[in-house]
Amino acid sequence: MKPSKEELERRNIVGVGAERVTNVTSTDYPGHFPGEDHAWDLGYFRDNVTIEFHKNEPLEAEFSLIGVDASIANAFRRMMIADVPTFAIETVHMEKNTSVIQDEVLSHRLGLIPFKGGKTGFRKFMKFYKKPEDGEEHSYVDFNTIQLSLNVECTHNKKAAKNETDVTKLYNHAHVYASDIEFNPVGRQEQYFSGDNAIVPVHPDILIAKMRPGQQINCSLLMHKGVGSDHAKFSPVATASYRLMPTIKIKSPILGEDAKKFQKCFPKGVIELQTVTRKESKEEGPFKGKEGEWKAVVVDPMRDTVSRECLRHDEFKDKVELGRKRDHFIYSVESTGQWRSDEIFLEAVALFKEKAKKFEHQVINMAR
Amino acid sequence: MPPRAKAKKEEVEESDVSMSDAPVSGQKAVSTDDDESMKDDAAVEDQGGDEFDEDEEEEEEEDDIQRVRILPGSTPTAASFEFLDEGHTLGNALRWIIMKNPDVEFCAYAIPHPAEAKMNIRIQTFEGTAVEALEKGLRDLQDLADVVTEKFKTAKEEFADRMTS
Repeated sequence: MKPSKEELERRNIVGVGAERVTNVTSTDYPGHFPGEDHAWDLGYFRDNVTIEFHKNEPLEAEFSLIGVDASIANAFRRMMIADVPTFAIETVHMEKNTSVIQDEVLSHRLGLIPFKGGKTGFRKFMKFYKKPEDGEEHSYVDFNTIQLSLNVECTHNKKAAKNETDVTKLYNHAHVYASDIEFNPVGRQEQYFSGDNAIVPVHPDILIAKMRPGQQINCSLLMHKGVGSDHAKFSPVATASYRLMPTIKIKSPILGEDAKKFQKCFPKGVIELQTVTRKESKEEGPFKGKEGEWKAVVVDPMRDTVSRECLRHDEFKDKVELGRKRDHFIYSVESTGQWRSDEIFLEAVALFKEKAKKFEHQVINMAR
Repeated sequence: MPPRAKAKKEEVEESDVSMSDAPVSGQKAVSTDDDESMKDDAAVEDQGGDEFDEDEEEEEEEDDIQRVRILPGSTPTAASFEFLDEGHTLGNALRWIIMKNPDVEFCAYAIPHPAEAKMNIRIQTFEGTAVEALEKGLRDLQDLADVVTEKFKTAKEEFADRMTS
């Protein structure tokens, strides 16, 4: 027994009312509807899941993942934020810091700087650093630690004009930027991080500190691989989020001045004003005799922010139904620059599979 | 975690196990002490492995730490599992895929306390054992991840073609 098309659509839409949401729980489980299957079926899943890109730039990707449950979509989102590893400065050996910024504040700022470099090196060669147990020595080796250094001294610029007031011209190194950080490859790191693959800050113009002549910062920095669940500086994304695809259903036509007002209830591009055609005006129905009048037509619901403004007006309240598609996730992934934004999603899915695989072995191990 | 809390938990478990009417678990309870000694072993071996090409070897070493166990009081068809160092990421996804299994009567997950990195899953089945349902769930998740990866790659290429043409 197959449910009707209308029934399927009803199940698939989360209702959005003026002050409440309805139909929020998914019901696609075996046994929920008598006579319907809903069991996990890989073939069915493969035929029904769709991915559509809207934007794919190195630092920002937007795509739709259609046909999965919220628990799966959310797992991917969470993996992107907290489980995809990146590199960040973890330890700072402060040798000299006579600037006005305190050691701990400076160290914290250094930790937050995103770096990029050879991807094979980052992914395959470099391993997680294991913190030593009590009493053990640190074991910094080429495959778990990347060494950087920051050595800057502020001096007077002899060439500056006499009446110069701009401190960046008056002094050398008045501003310390991320680009002042040097990478010192060790051992096999030469192979993986040289030339274009060298480790450099994603944004060279991040301001780290300000100094005046006579002040100096000397420190060596140790960078490790880490995950976002440990510290947000290791997260590969600035944001990774999704929203559900909005739906706008006009139940009875909105015409004339009302249509213009209706259009203004939504962000630009969501509602279009079209004229009632001669053909429509001749047929029996709501458009009869209205040739040439404006009518409101939904053209791009994806741009809607679901502000529910239209539900505040009495004239539209009963003519429109707002909702969201339960299984249509519009992801937005903003990378911090170490990985390309689309790579992050793929990496998240791969790590998710890895996690499931690991636990499959563990469960077999446990049952034995 | 404060040691007091740990000791208390073990007491509770022991009293649970010794209850005469409690159904027998198919699994020896793994004490937390064992877990820690295993971690130590892995750390020592890890430092020995200088070759980075042997990715797989390292993964196997990590596998040595058993992170799932059956909780006391479980029967073959109605069992609770405890996952260490897991949260909503795996919990909710696994719960969903196990609920998709028609042999499963009930499945739910919980994180008993936010300060403890533990996630519990309860499975009750009509047919087959709870362990089988859990295994099937984990396998299905891997298949699902494969399909998503595949679809994502083709969508990405299609989009790149559309942008250049």
